Amino acid sequence: MFEYAPAPESRSVVDLKPSYGLFIDGTFVDPTDGGSFKSINPASEEVLAEVAEAGAQDVDRAVRAAREAYEKVWGPMPGRDRAKYLFRIARIIQERSRELAVLESLDNGKPIKESRDVDLPLVAAHFFYYAGWADKLEHAGFGANPRPLGVAAQVIPWNFPLLMLAWKIAPALAAGNTVVLKPAETTPLTALLFAEICQQADLPAGVVNIVTGAGDTGRALVEHPGVDKVAFTGSTEVGRAIARSVAGTRKKLTLELGGKAANIVFDDAPVDQAVEGIVNGIFFNQGHVCCAGSRLLVQENVADRVLESLKRRMAQLRVGDPLDKNTDIGAINSAAQLERIRELSDAGSAEGAERWSPPCELPERGFWFAPTIFTGVTQAHRIAREEIFGPVLSVLTFRTPAEAVEKANNTPYGLSAGIWTDKGSRILWTADRLRAGVVWANTFNKFDPTSPFGGYKESGYGREGGRHGLEGYLNV
Amino acid sequence: MTATATSARSDLSELGRSETALRTFLHGLPGVDQVGAEQRAAQLGTRSIKTTAKAQAIDLAIRMVDLTTLEGADTPGKVRALAAKALRPDPADPTCPHVGAVCVYPAMVPYVAEVLRGSGVHLASVATAFPSGQAPLEIKLADTRAAVEAGADEIDMVINRGAFLAGRYKEVYDEIVATKSACGDAHLKVILETGELATYDNVRRASWLAMLAGGDFIKTSTGKVPVAATLPVTLVMLEAVRDFRAATGRQVGVKPAGGIKNTKDAIKYLVMVNETVGPDWLDPDWFRFGASSLLNDLLMQRTKLTTGVYSGPDYFTLD
Repeated sequence: MFEYAPAPESRSVVDLKPSYGLFIDGTFVDPTDGGSFKSINPASEEVLAEVAEAGAQDVDRAVRAAREAYEKVWGPMPGRDRAKYLFRIARIIQERSRELAVLESLDNGKPIKESRDVDLPLVAAHFFYYAGWADKLEHAGFGANPRPLGVAAQVIPWNFPLLMLAWKIAPALAAGNTVVLKPAETTPLTALLFAEICQQADLPAGVVNIVTGAGDTGRALVEHPGVDKVAFTGSTEVGRAIARSVAGTRKKLTLELGGKAANIVFDDAPVDQAVEGIVNGIFFNQGHVCCAGSRLLVQENVADRVLESLKRRMAQLRVGDPLDKNTDIGAINSAAQLERIRELSDAGSAEGAERWSPPCELPERGFWFAPTIFTGVTQAHRIAREEIFGPVLSVLTFRTPAEAVEKANNTPYGLSAGIWTDKGSRILWTADRLRAGVVWANTFNKFDPTSPFGGYKESGYGREGGRHGLEGYLNV
Repeated sequence: MTATATSARSDLSELGRSETALRTFLHGLPGVDQVGAEQRAAQLGTRSIKTTAKAQAIDLAIRMVDLTTLEGADTPGKVRALAAKALRPDPADPTCPHVGAVCVYPAMVPYVAEVLRGSGVHLASVATAFPSGQAPLEIKLADTRAAVEAGADEIDMVINRGAFLAGRYKEVYDEIVATKSACGDAHLKVILETGELATYDNVRRASWLAMLAGGDFIKTSTGKVPVAATLPVTLVMLEAVRDFRAATGRQVGVKPAGGIKNTKDAIKYLVMVNETVGPDWLDPDWFRFGASSLLNDLLMQRTKLTTGVYSGPDYFTLD
């Protein structure tokens, strides 16, 4: 046997303060009513830091700071000068990427190999990419002189804390807007470190404001009348509430919501790579991915073979300490999310699907869930319809390509989908018929700042990334 | 193996009887997606193997080395020295294991055999007009027999790449079968020369062809063409031996050869073996490194782990 010795990444690169204030107008300030909450490490339940909770007054302060910065500094600033700040931020992120990656894994529970090799490189790439657009907006295809909107209220989720921040802040700033961003209450720490990076980059005060808190803070922010733009990534339920509150106002809205993506494996697929794609599709980031390939649709004549390979591969997944460089699956982000995953998985068993997990020992402290697949799932099962947002895969089979497309589209969501086949014409035929914003062929969960990302139906509207990502932040 | 795989075990020995049957079978194997295979290989390369795991991996890698010299300039004295090194890679440390085998040209086999006799270190010889394989079959078989008679217990043959790429699978198959029979009791390693096969689909087909024809090992390269062993090629070959055992019950070994120069690379291969085919292959009987300079780097890293300091190359014997 070849046992890998523990290979932990050092925590000492991160210098955490015991408590953090709100980042408003270029400085950290205490909240008006003095409220606070704790951010914990989901892998150990240890408290990492105490974080200020912003009330309505604090949100108002932040929006007014953003407004002033927009009117006096950032809005009038030539694009080439805004670009300089964005390039500077991107470079500092690269320089401090190890520190940011460790902190992300500590606060979120994701394995260090993912925060190090996926999240952080993409975060820096996003800032670099949009820095390049800042002085070329008139060539982006939105008319001769596209103007920024003003103050953007941005609310982001806990699954990719810093990456979602980059997706929101980089295009907003490149287009000339200022922002007030609320990170998720379970993962506020990298956003606060990012605030320090804004200071380090000498970003003018008020251009980026970070208000921490939970749902009430987010509601105060998106409902604030001084906001011109609302951008939200998160659950469809909250997205709906935001759409209601924004309806009838002048605010421009983009939503990136849930998904229940189909990953379709045809009988001529490259099986070993398809299995890798299935694993990456559902177990990447503990399945806390809105575009996760949570429904595997496999052609029935290869189903046994694919499932056997998949189970063998799943037995190799290493679940445990997120800071260990060999960990493949880290901790579930919160007790509440773990409860939801458990509840839906139990429903899967109760409704008659067959549950399987590889033998794996889970740590005693912290929030953990073994990688799980359900076979014998039908379209009528809850686990085939509701977003689980965890390492749980529902396996369905199909006989004909038409049936695969029908099943794939039979969901209120429409964010992403995957196609696995050796036949190019079948990729095109299938992609044409899939109602999903992103379709991956012979790969899954590939991201690039140049490529627009977003869904339709109940997965939201608007695109992030690429030239398209500018549109949500311009008056077009 | 799961019960379904066992019950599905099939007799594939009839496939070699006709060109059509071979072609149908080999072209019916699932394809390999190049991007995906390379990505998986790169992912496995990021495993962090430290402390006790590293020590264990280094000793295992030493036991898996086919210590090789295949030069026109080889002399009896040089191959004797190599054989002596194979027995005691680190003369200063008796706990250091011996290597898996010594690999030389047929003409050098008798000199190596004298040194290795009874030691447990295998004696491999390249045959079949290595490295090009461009000789009449009778000469290749005579080459093989001569090496075995001189004392080689492992034969590394090259496949007929021209015939393979032209789609004459039966010709390749028959040559492997004939060579296997010429080997007698000696183990047969079949060199695919993956650097000349161009695609991973071809690597997978050639792997299956070699296994169907009775090869005991499949080996990547001769080391004599620009592209030798790579991690993705080895991954595809490991998947092939895994699937072949599931289908037939027979286990076949894998030998990446050429271009594996340091401990870090060797450990990446061991991680790949571990996570692709599992512990059954983590043994010198089932996995080998065809290498020459690799051994000294393994020894240097081994010394570093036990003493805490690096020593210079002068402290290790030249090959």
